[in-house]
Amino acid sequence: MTTSPFAYAPAPESVRPVLKPSYGLFIGGKFVEAKSGKRFASINPATEQPIAEVADAGAEDVARAVAAARKAFPKWSKTKPAERAKLLFRIARRIQERSRELAVLESMDGGKPIKESRDDDLPLVVQHFFHHAGWCDKLAYAFAGATPRPIGVCGQIIPWNFPLMMAAWKLAPALACGNTCVLKPAETTPMTALLLAEILAECGLPEGVVNIVTGGPDAGRAITALAGKGVDKVAFTGSTEVGKAIAKAVAGTGAKLTLELGGKSPNIVFADAALDQAVEGVVSGIWFNQGHVCCAGSRLFVEESIHDDFIARLERRMQQLRVGDPLDKNTDVGAINSKAQLDTIRRYLKAGSDEGATKLEVACDLPKKGFWCRPTIFTGVQPSHTVAREEIFGPVLAVMTFRTPEEAVQRANNTTYGLSAGVWTEKAARALEMSNRLTAGVVWLNTFNRFDASAPFGGYRESGFGREGGRQGLSAYVSIGGGR
Amino acid sequence: MSAAGSARIEVAKTLKLYVNGAFPRSESGRTIPVKDARKRIVAQASHASRKDLRDAVEAANAAQPKWAAATAYNRGQVVYRLAEMLEARRAEFVSLIVSIEGRSKADATREIDRAIDRCVCYAGWTDKIASILGGKQPVAGPYFVFSMPEAMGTVAVVVPDGAQLLAIVSLVLPVIAAGNSAIVIAPIGANAPLAIAFAEAVATSDVPAGIVNVLTGMRSELAPWIASHRDIAGVAGAQLPAAEAAALEAGAAENLKRVALFRDAPKFDDDAFWHSPWAIQPFVEIKTVWHPSAL
Repeated sequence: MTTSPFAYAPAPESVRPVLKPSYGLFIGGKFVEAKSGKRFASINPATEQPIAEVADAGAEDVARAVAAARKAFPKWSKTKPAERAKLLFRIARRIQERSRELAVLESMDGGKPIKESRDDDLPLVVQHFFHHAGWCDKLAYAFAGATPRPIGVCGQIIPWNFPLMMAAWKLAPALACGNTCVLKPAETTPMTALLLAEILAECGLPEGVVNIVTGGPDAGRAITALAGKGVDKVAFTGSTEVGKAIAKAVAGTGAKLTLELGGKSPNIVFADAALDQAVEGVVSGIWFNQGHVCCAGSRLFVEESIHDDFIARLERRMQQLRVGDPLDKNTDVGAINSKAQLDTIRRYLKAGSDEGATKLEVACDLPKKGFWCRPTIFTGVQPSHTVAREEIFGPVLAVMTFRTPEEAVQRANNTTYGLSAGVWTEKAARALEMSNRLTAGVVWLNTFNRFDASAPFGGYRESGFGREGGRQGLSAYVSIGGGR
Repeated sequence: MSAAGSARIEVAKTLKLYVNGAFPRSESGRTIPVKDARKRIVAQASHASRKDLRDAVEAANAAQPKWAAATAYNRGQVVYRLAEMLEARRAEFVSLIVSIEGRSKADATREIDRAIDRCVCYAGWTDKIASILGGKQPVAGPYFVFSMPEAMGTVAVVVPDGAQLLAIVSLVLPVIAAGNSAIVIAPIGANAPLAIAFAEAVATSDVPAGIVNVLTGMRSELAPWIASHRDIAGVAGAQLPAAEAAALEAGAAENLKRVALFRDAPKFDDDAFWHSPWAIQPFVEIKTVWHPSAL
């Protein structure tokens, strides 16, 4: 590819986090080694270079973390709510102060563009702590007529796509409601959670209230194995497949459970939409965070009459995306999180072509080292195609068409998922009725991928159950009788 | 047989299932004798099969969208009508509870009165759930955002052994008030006539066909099919034996059904909980809708 005279000069982020060469498990307020002594390196997916070593927690370590959380629970749950609030407010402030450093580390560890970790992830992390800090002493108003009680020890397992944000979404409401936590970050992105552990200790959060165990799937299984035996609540964000396995593991233990799982979310563009706005929404819907987004708008439904025009606009816009160094402030699409995920995406790209869809992709050079995938559009997709049915969790969009609003609803809802949906139309009545009819926990009308600590997020059907954020999200972390 | 002129033969009721607004027998043709508190056979209860369950699921799913789309005000009036129908059958329920469950008349009266009053309470909930469980969200940006509760679909209501009426009413009301349809699995045996009497009250109320279905059957037989049925969205239950609860939850994991077994809830006679929105909350989905806000 020839370099355009209008190409951007590199604009690398200059802040660099100060890291230790290796980190232990954060248990009982201290960093400790794994019993086995095992450790693994967290890799920068853009360079394939190790960032630091972290301890690999085994079942014994998880048991130790759960015991620490149990020990901390009586005092923490009885701490005056207004005092708990002050600690959470302080944590929010401290994260805010160190947010650039955390954003850079997030981009290094996970591959996401610095502009996203800086402008989306970190502000939301801070907001979640700040928002939930304020709930601590107001829970009785949130559950009018009931007496909300903390549940106990929460085992929380989070994914690699929004590492620190998911940690905040899990920890902040749990702590606000008076629970203690054992958090397991994803294997490929443990770094920011460990920096968060340092911040929590620095802020004076009592020992054992939050424990962070780094490790792989075995550490996760060790947490669910303790459901009902020390762990009173399991919260998981990740794939539907693992979510089902967790639901089975937790069944019958009496532990409460919330799951935020996968999606294959529709983004529906009507002919009367503001088309250039819709193009931007489709772009952010599928290429935000390399498409590593559970609520990504990965199925595009375009009204048949505007299909060719819309796809031409979309492709033109796609070709402007800058793919590359996550730490360059101009980068739009960063590195794929891991080699394993890149392999998965490549299998789907092959399936898309093999099954007869037409592939359009960004024509750009990719760095030699690291894990990269070009933003891709498949047109001419049939509902039965693999790329139309399965969650790819990568920068791959499947385009289909519809003729009537009823058909759009029917095709959009024709999935076992139900996490999010997008609708683009200038008709307010149509937009609102579409929001009524779409089977999804979040509906974005003339926008996409918006999040806020006050706005509950979570899925219908096989996208999981429970909500995160807002008053509704608190239900996941209190006991008031009733369901999970 | 005595020829005493005024002795009258009582007309015994045939106990059937209640599916899609009709009273079919079990397709399996099976029945189980029902004995009263004095161990006399008083009826043969229809013993629901897996196929009956599937028929009920089909009916419940077909009826549910219209029920959910009805105005909340309308659903409230329908639930109120159910209270009226139960009130009209008050004496029948008292006598059934006394004869079948072997309880005192005063005790039986307390139970039906509580069941009726609970219906009245839920008649008032239908158009208020959204203001308690939903609302406009004050997001940090130029967006108009609201969250609202929605129905989830068909919910299987798994009734524990023991006193039936209040258990059924307490579990069915939150499910239907929120716009879901219910398939009640009532334990077949002595109490089956109570479940069917409830179904008769439903049938004469304005609850649309398919929204409440009642199957008398063996929980142990039907539970695996409930748990694994992909067109059932949720399971409601309470006070179930631990092994049954575990099996339901494990099977439900297959399509991530919502399972509300009310483990930490008080008994059914606790109005503070069972009349609260927190009994309804497990049977709604929260949908959050965003739209940009600008001039």
